[in-house]
Amino acid sequence: MSSFNEVESDSSEDVDSWISLFCSMFGHDYFVEVAPEFIEDDFNLTGLSLIVPFFRDALDVILDLEPEIPIKPANVPLVEHAAELLYGLIHARYILTKPGLRAMAEKYEDNCFGSCPRYYCQGMHLLPIGRYDQPGIETVRLYCPNCNDIYLPSSSRYLNIDGAFFGTSFAGMFMKLFPEIQRQCYERTKKQFELKLFGFKLNERAPGGPRMKWLRQYPQAKEEIEEYKKCEFSIVGTNEKIVEAGGQEEGEEEEEEEEEEARMDEDSHEEAKASAGESMMSIAKD
Amino acid sequence: MASREGEYISDSGSDYTEYWIDWFLGSRGNEYFCDVDAEYITDRFNLTGLNQYVDRIGLLVDIITDRTQISETQPEEARARLEDNAKFIYALIHARYIITSRGLSKMLEKYRNGDFGYCPRVNCKLTPLLPVGLSDKPRVASVKLYCPNCEDLYNPKSSRHASIDGAFFGTSFPAMFLQNYPELVPTHNVDVYIPKIFGFQLHSQAQLTRWRLLKREQLVNRLDQLHIEHANDGPGGFADPVDDDENKKAKRGRR
Repeated sequence: MSSFNEVESDSSEDVDSWISLFCSMFGHDYFVEVAPEFIEDDFNLTGLSLIVPFFRDALDVILDLEPEIPIKPANVPLVEHAAELLYGLIHARYILTKPGLRAMAEKYEDNCFGSCPRYYCQGMHLLPIGRYDQPGIETVRLYCPNCNDIYLPSSSRYLNIDGAFFGTSFAGMFMKLFPEIQRQCYERTKKQFELKLFGFKLNERAPGGPRMKWLRQYPQAKEEIEEYKKCEFSIVGTNEKIVEAGGQEEGEEEEEEEEEEARMDEDSHEEAKASAGESMMSIAKD
Repeated sequence: MASREGEYISDSGSDYTEYWIDWFLGSRGNEYFCDVDAEYITDRFNLTGLNQYVDRIGLLVDIITDRTQISETQPEEARARLEDNAKFIYALIHARYIITSRGLSKMLEKYRNGDFGYCPRVNCKLTPLLPVGLSDKPRVASVKLYCPNCEDLYNPKSSRHASIDGAFFGTSFPAMFLQNYPELVPTHNVDVYIPKIFGFQLHSQAQLTRWRLLKREQLVNRLDQLHIEHANDGPGGFADPVDDDENKKAKRGRR
């Protein structure tokens, strides 16, 4: 048995390990190879045994270890699937560590995750993220540090990769560790697209007029920068008065409605008609 | 149903001779183009100014409308040049045609089929895109795709579309299209993404997003004051934000 194990370990040096096989599979080019030492440390696997079925067996598969008790043939596909899930979840933790982030940086440099499809992002490289840390909710999405938005992968081959295999924190960690990315963003254009008809801009009052300018806007004018500074901890704007006034109006309307309802309840149909007439008149005056 | 009939007719036609336009539309990479009526092409008025780009425009129009074939006796080079020029002139006529009402209705069908692709932005939830040029002059910039939901510009996904000249669609097409079919202006999705580390938002990105949401509120207030409709279910309105911390905070603040 021991000799068998030795043969196993020898061959695993020549033949690719499960991890490198998994990472070289078609459509798995977003994944980096997790260092076996990271997986062997039980601390890094805290809590995963609750999420992943066949946890021990799956772990053995990932580390290319022979299981003590052979896996039942019927369970082999299940264990293989569990191994992929476990590897993905370990991967999400690993890419938040320094070696993991560095490995991902190499992939980022090589543009493995693709470029931002937005025209004015000028080919900014993307970062894979998940919107949820729990597996099985959503597939992987790509974050553009320049436009601060998320996109679908351009190829459908990535649409079966779980977002939880990259996690919600990766993009943020990555940008904090590599401030170079922020510099790349500063260098890019702040220009926005404006739809034009025969060279004329559309007014925002028009039914099909521009309504989403804010989505890509940057503070540029003096007062905009002022507003931006005020937004440090919450949305504070010059529009507070307007909002308050709106609130009061709403209150008044409600009172009026209540009055009308009361009248309707108390009085006969004729008066109801009269009040309807009144309201019509008031609309006409308006 | 009508389109199926059309296909049937063109199929049966191609048994004998393939029409030049059908051949052009069927070739790989030309999926964005629609077929231009022969009457539109043969009307000299619609070709005004196009002769500055090519020689012998009359011959090219004849080739496009199958009145003449490119003669086999010419040298290979000349035939290839004629072919390229015919494609080029067809595409420029196409840019003019798609902002006419017939052209718009043909592009509407293509838009509904998603022939121009879908917006890659997650929060746009697969809004169909519209092709647009950055210049009306040929050989300036390649075609881009406009998303009516986020009102932004995207590069075509496939490289064979990325090499099409933007002037073949023109700068005015999406605006004309949406003005003509105002019911197709989507209800804008206002969800935003803020990167987080362990559940905490990154400050600089969050601050910028807050300011952008403030800008949106200001826009909404301006529209309110002018009594312009921006209902959360109508075209051109703003959809209710879904499950977004920042929007929730903003709402709470208002209350």
